Amino acid sequence: MSTSQGGLATAEAPQNGAGPLLALKGVSKTFGPVRALTKVDLEVPPGKVTALVGDNGAGKSSLIKTVSGLWAPDGGEILWEGRPVHLHNPKDAEALGITTIYQDLALCDNLDIVQNMFLGHEPLRRGVLDEAKMEIRARDTLKELNVTTVRSIRQPVASLSGGQRQSVAVAKAVMSQARLVIMDEPTAALGVAQTSMVLNLIKTLSGRGVSVLVISHNLVDIFEVADRIAVLYLGRMVASAPASEFDRQSVVEYMTTGTAGRQAGNGAA
Amino acid sequence: MSDPADTNPATTTPAGTAVAGETDEAAAPEVSDEALATVAPEVLAGSLTEYFQAWGRRIRNGESGALPILVGLIAIVIFFQVEQSTFLTANNLVNLLIQAAVYVMLGAAEIYALILSEIDLSVGFVAGVAGFIVAELIASPVNLPWWLAILAMLAATGLIGILQGSLISRLGLPSFIVTLGGFLGFEGLMLLLANADKTAVGGVIQIDSNSVVYKIVNSNLSPTLSWIVLIVVVGLFAAFTITTHARRRAEGLSAPPLSITLLTIAVTAIGGVVLVVICNLNRGALTALKGVPYVVPVVLVVLLVWSFILRRTKLGRYIYAIGANPEGARRAGINVPVVRTVGFMLCSMTAGIAGLLYESRQGSMATDIDGGTLVLYAVAAAVIGGTSLFGGKGKPIHALLGGIVIAAVFNGLGLMGISAAGQDIATAIVLIAAVTLDSLVRRRSTVR
Repeated sequence: MSTSQGGLATAEAPQNGAGPLLALKGVSKTFGPVRALTKVDLEVPPGKVTALVGDNGAGKSSLIKTVSGLWAPDGGEILWEGRPVHLHNPKDAEALGITTIYQDLALCDNLDIVQNMFLGHEPLRRGVLDEAKMEIRARDTLKELNVTTVRSIRQPVASLSGGQRQSVAVAKAVMSQARLVIMDEPTAALGVAQTSMVLNLIKTLSGRGVSVLVISHNLVDIFEVADRIAVLYLGRMVASAPASEFDRQSVVEYMTTGTAGRQAGNGAA
Repeated sequence: MSDPADTNPATTTPAGTAVAGETDEAAAPEVSDEALATVAPEVLAGSLTEYFQAWGRRIRNGESGALPILVGLIAIVIFFQVEQSTFLTANNLVNLLIQAAVYVMLGAAEIYALILSEIDLSVGFVAGVAGFIVAELIASPVNLPWWLAILAMLAATGLIGILQGSLISRLGLPSFIVTLGGFLGFEGLMLLLANADKTAVGGVIQIDSNSVVYKIVNSNLSPTLSWIVLIVVVGLFAAFTITTHARRRAEGLSAPPLSITLLTIAVTAIGGVVLVVICNLNRGALTALKGVPYVVPVVLVVLLVWSFILRRTKLGRYIYAIGANPEGARRAGINVPVVRTVGFMLCSMTAGIAGLLYESRQGSMATDIDGGTLVLYAVAAAVIGGTSLFGGKGKPIHALLGGIVIAAVFNGLGLMGISAAGQDIATAIVLIAAVTLDSLVRRRSTVR
């Protein structure tokens, strides 16, 4: 089913210069009788934005959970910079530089921005939390990401807007030296201005050389930020190619039927 | 909202940044006045005026923190003073502080559980167990030195906390049930301890009036020493705060303006001076009785250490994080079961200290300690002081305020000669009123 996939990847290789940061080869995952993922191939090039799209139940979440180490795949292999890796738990993924930002963002409302950004990785000075170091690094990171709307980085996350919260989650990932940031529906439930703020953040992120894997339903957003688009349909990767080879019509067709009438530039199943 | 001059695009992606700048400006108003009210005033304020504006916004939006309870406390004090002119005498005020000590300490214990979004119903009888451990260890036939007895008590209560905390965090049992079991079980353990000691006649063990344990509540720092301690403490606090804030300001980090720093120090100093002046007035009838009771610095030191743990250590940070978002804390790599267990351990140990203060005040330890009522006062002290029942919020200072309010109500009603029945009902009314006031102010903010 994914034979044409390989061909596509090689055709693309010169364009990227280097090999993919993350590659999935024939990854499968079953839950009893349910086949969540069937021999999925995916390549995430370094410093690019890859969009993972698919209808509900297509296997997007299963795929993310596999990559972020929440569960091991039943078959196939995961390659990180060309080397096969085994992700047994989220720590393994984190050690490689894979950070996943789930829809709920996993922020603590009662803690301020700085405290959230360093949660679990606080630097200490003489056994005590080094607040000055944390604040300086948090401030610099937010500045680099062009996040300038927050009034004070010492305000609790409860007082932030949806887009600002998303920014904090991204900044947290950047600060943990993430090389691949996986974002699950980052623009869902956001207003227009907030959405554009988050999309700019994604561009800034990839501009810094960080790979981004975005899961989204919103095709407008995807076409604005994605360098590559990968479409899942019923647990299979039905298309994966540079965004320029798709149009909205073809993506929708892939998402809903698994094939596309026109636009054969991508590997159909 | 954000000053355009502040927007400092580090990476220059001309078109993108320009668009981002505009949309960001447009996005800013989405953060409402209400949301900003959750921000501590010193975070946003650049000057004294801004500080008070921020406070005003907090009060209008029901994020008034400790303010309603301070107002309530003043109202209670005025009421009792009008009813009974003996209320505001040095003798009675010092007595009130001593009465409050146990409630404050139990409240401080409960705050650990409440921040974790849990509850600990066992604190009352853990205090009872602790009281018997200390009372029996310092009396014959064991005759341990007081500090060793207290260390043993802290170890025992710590184990109790670890046991309950492990059941809650490892097996995922609800803390309400586990500590309800503790409530019953530790009362039984306390009775066993009392029975084991043959000197405990009728379940009562006397505390030797020459022992340090007895003196914690019943003995005072000399008036001179009281002043020296106050001057040293306020001096250190002032020096530390001024230098820290100055350094932070110099490094461009968030810090309150100098005026706020000085105001905080001034308020602390005035509070301390008033306390020492009252305690140093002669309150003895026949012989002179002056000075700050040891229990006051003991309670303040415990609260200070607990505040330090909660604010300045990883453990404290993680306790708050787990209280607000356990799943987020887990994903951040925090060992949630361990932190939860340690939280319950500190809770039980604080309850143990409350038991120590209880027996010191009574001059004896008896099986009639009402652990059931005490646990309710513990929760009440924490909540009245401003700690949330929903987790993630709370400070040891809340227990101080709440404990003093509860003690003031008991004390005042006692002076008025109101019967036990009347005291219970009046206390209930004050508790409900305090929480109602708080929730009304909060609701006002959500309706808008």
